[in-house]
Parts: sequence; C-alpha cells; structure tokens
Amino acid sequence: MKIIVCLKQVPKNDSVLRINEQGTWIQDRDLTYEINESDAYGLEAALQLKEKHGGEVIALSLGPARVQSVIKEALARGADRGIHLEDTAFDNLDAYGIGTAIAAATKAEGFDLLLTGLQSDDYGFAQTGVIAAELLGLPHTTIVMDVELNDAGLRVKRELENGFFQWVNMPAPAVLTIQSGINTLRYATLKGIMAAKKKEIKKLDAATLGIDAASLAPRMEFRRIYLPQKNKQTQFIEGSAGDIAAKLIDKLKNEARVF
Amino acid sequence: MANGIIVFIEHVDGKVNRASYEAVKAAQLIGSETGQEVSAVLLGQAVGDAAAEVASKKVKTVYTVENEWLKKYTADAYTQAFRQVIEQVQPALVLMTHTYEVRDFAPKLAASMKKILLGDNIGYKIEDGKPVFTRQVFQGKLAVDVAPVGDDPHFVSFQIGTFRGDESEAGQAEIKALSVNLDADVVRQQPEERFKEAKAAVDLSQAPLIVSVGRGIKEMKNIELIRKLADALGAEIAASRPICDNDWLPMDRQIGSSGQTVAPKLYLAVGISGAIQHLVGMKGSRTIVAINKDAEAPIFEIADYGIVGDLFEIVPALTAEAEKMKQ
Repeated sequence: MKIIVCLKQVPKNDSVLRINEQGTWIQDRDLTYEINESDAYGLEAALQLKEKHGGEVIALSLGPARVQSVIKEALARGADRGIHLEDTAFDNLDAYGIGTAIAAATKAEGFDLLLTGLQSDDYGFAQTGVIAAELLGLPHTTIVMDVELNDAGLRVKRELENGFFQWVNMPAPAVLTIQSGINTLRYATLKGIMAAKKKEIKKLDAATLGIDAASLAPRMEFRRIYLPQKNKQTQFIEGSAGDIAAKLIDKLKNEARVF
Repeated sequence: MANGIIVFIEHVDGKVNRASYEAVKAAQLIGSETGQEVSAVLLGQAVGDAAAEVASKKVKTVYTVENEWLKKYTADAYTQAFRQVIEQVQPALVLMTHTYEVRDFAPKLAASMKKILLGDNIGYKIEDGKPVFTRQVFQGKLAVDVAPVGDDPHFVSFQIGTFRGDESEAGQAEIKALSVNLDADVVRQQPEERFKEAKAAVDLSQAPLIVSVGRGIKEMKNIELIRKLADALGAEIAASRPICDNDWLPMDRQIGSSGQTVAPKLYLAVGISGAIQHLVGMKGSRTIVAINKDAEAPIFEIADYGIVGDLFEIVPALTAEAEKMKQ
C-alpha cells in the first residue's frame, strides 16, 4: 500500500501572535513552527498502516524552504521519502489553490491512500483534503477515527456529532481526513534521525506539475485581520498567587454566588 | 442571472437537525439586508414531513429532492444532487450550518464548481451592499473578515450557535419537488448504520462545579494538582481534547464538540487556551474562570474572571484557599 500523507507546517500552538503593520496578516519573523496537530495523527496512521500491511509512506508538504523541517521530522519518524511543493506561486494560497497543488503532485506520484489532518490550526479551512479528492475524482471521508483495509478497499470510522459514529466502506484509492487523537504519536528515535538523512526529498514547482495560474487564483479575499471582539467583560485578578486565590474564592462566594 | 439565498436543511431519516434553522435565520437576516429571497432545500427520501416543518418558516420555497440514493447521506450522492439543484434554482448564495455533514460534502460541492467554501463563520457584515464574513483563524486567537471572489454562487457556512434557530421568522412556504438524475456509479461511499459507543460512564452535564484542565498542564503527573483542586472545591474534573487524546484523563471527561456539553454554575478552566471546539462545549456555563499564562488566549473572551499567570503557582494556592473555606 502506497500512502501519501500531507503535513502542514503551522506556528507553534502556544505562539504569541502579532498582527503586521499593514493589518493584513501576522508578523512571521520570530515565529517557531511545528507539524499541524491533526496532520501528525495522519502521519502516525500512515506509519501504522504500513507496519501492518507493508508498502510505502511519502510525506508531502507545501510551503517555503522552512517546511523541509516538517518533512525531515516525518522521515525521522519512519516515512520513506518526501515531496516538497515549493514555488513562490504557492505563497498565500487559499484551500482551493493548495488542494490544486496537492492534487497535481499526488496524481503524478500515484497512491492508494492520501491522508490529511481534518483541519489546520492556522487558517482552519478544513477542506484541503476534500478539495484534492474532488479534483482527483476520488472518494473521500472526513473526520476519520479508524482505518481498516479489506479486499474491496477501505472501511473507515467516521466521527459524527453527539457521540455518534459510522463505518463507511469505500474503494481505494481514496482520500481521508484524520481526526486528532486517534492513535498515539511516536517520537523520532536517534536511529530514525540518522536514517532520515539518507532519504530523498523531491522538490516540485508549479511549472513541473503543469498547474496554470487560473487554478491558483484566490477564491476569497482577506479584508482585514484583528483581535476578536469580546463578548464578556472579564474581571482580571492580579497579585501574588496567595492574593489571587483569596480574591477569587471571595468573588466566587460573594459576587458570583457559586458556593 | 443568479439570485436569492438557498439554505441547506440537514436531517437524519426525515428528522430535521435543529442547527439548520440557524442557517435559515442567517439567510433571513442577510436576505432582508441585501434584498434577496430565501429558499431551502432538503435532500433525501420521504422527506415530506420535514419539508412541511421547514415550510412553516418565512422562506419562499422549500425544494425537495427525493431519490433512493439519497436515503442515507453520502458525500458523493449529496454533491451530485445539490449541484443539480443549484443549476436549476441559480442562487447567488448557498448558506449552511457548519456541521460535520456540511464539512464532509460542502467543500466537494464547491470544488466541483471550481469554487471554495467560506466555512465556519461567526458573523457577517454588509460592505458595499454585499455580505462579508467573519471567521476565526489560529484557533480563535484572531479573526478575519473575508469576502468571496468571483461569480455566483458563493458557498458559506456559519459555526453552530452563531444564530438562534428558534428565532427564525415563521411564515408559509410553497413546497416544490425537483428531480435530479443520479448516476449510481458515482456514489462510492457505502455507509453502515450510525452507532454510539458504550455509554459514557460519567455524565458531566449535571455537575454544578467543574474544574477543567488543558494543554497548559504539560505532563500527566501534573494532573494530580488539578485533581486536588477539584476535590477541595467538591467539583468534577474535566479536560480539553488534547488531554484525553494523550490518555491523561479518560475520554468521558472530555468537554467540547466531540465530547460533552456542560453548563455548570462554575467552570474553572486551567491551562485551556479556548479553541472553538472546546468553547462550544462549555460557553453556556454560568460563571467561567480562566487561568492561563497567555493574556491573549481566546478563553478570556468568555471568562467572567481571568487570571493571567503560572498555573503551577496559582492552582496550589487556590487549593489551599478552597480547603480553608471548607473548614
């Protein structure tokens, strides 16, 4: 089984974000990055499927040179090789543009299973994998909790709302978007890190993939970015830890009357 | 010439998902501000009763599409059918509530028309006579206003809870059946029955006091600090998703869109940044206290009392104070 897993590099979860002077996006200097959380679970799912059924895992990431660290991390955890989609034409794409680039690259590569996380922790579009599936003409399922292989293809467990789940059967090749927490993430071992140095990372750009400018054209326009408006007036309690504790208990008792 | 707003009505076996009425309300508001008529669409089999229910809302037409391939939801069949509805009705705007089902098919539907879904919005404003949508980025730390680009139709969904579905205006709509041609070969997903896992051992929905812990706790062994605080307050312990994903607390302690929804008298959030998936599970709490080292964490947007600081100093002090109160 040949599995391609898409990994997005996003600012670290606890990053302090500052809006740039133009008010168009965040300041990206000084940021540190990591693998998007649900994508990391997609990678782990791919590695576990390979361990069980054999085959190959390819880690794919789109972005500037810095995203190579995400691919290298995946190679160190056990992916066999990497694909890096790098082109200034890929800067600031919306989900349709990213889906277009991923579809073109994965079609050229060929695969049985294409995995993405269910959404990114930065833009949160939650649709890149689904768009790629549509452009590739392949079936998909979103918010997947478990993947089984059988003779007919795939049987995947889909998370629904209100505590419901549903198994869905599909032929392969297919595209799945993976829910966070469905497995236990592994860390890269020293041996894995050493082995990763010898693994191939193939770079591809828009021209090589035959992607035309029209398909990358933005389908949405960001008008402005800002701090969210508050719905509630928050009382901030300050002081030493002891002061804060005493003040909070007093307020909860006498003001909010929860005790 | 494209015109009007069409609202997607979700249902399971003919029972309408209440969240869909939030999109009806959104369409009524946007429709009245931009001078557009609102209609609704139901895809399924034997959806007459559901259509009659929706027709009691102030919309012009409720379209029904009945076909055996729509009996159970699949992304493939819904996309094919909905696309044909759009081609027949020619709406300017397709409005949906951002449920798991919409997340599953709407990006495919939009992409099949070379469009994008403007998904998971938390509001809108009218600029130059056209709606612009507000959505969260960086897990709620920042907000952006986005406008669709290109020709109609545009595809937009609103986060659950953005509008009050029960405040959608009543009226009387005509019900009109549309026919579509579904190519069975194109329906590749075969869904099995929906099911629930073994019933959660803990029902947190009735707990009056909840102490909830998030990523800020850093390590499993530190959960003990939170347990001591919960014990001192006589509260139940709960957690955000990453804590349960790591097995630091069992899954049935998880609050949020994929866990339990609670509305206690006191919700004390420790080291929880407040991603939207968590907030939807607890924002109805009467009093919310947040302890977090990041003053800009989204949890403070809904907190009544905020403490910006190191939880490893504040939680033990709070536990001591709570024990004092008990005596």
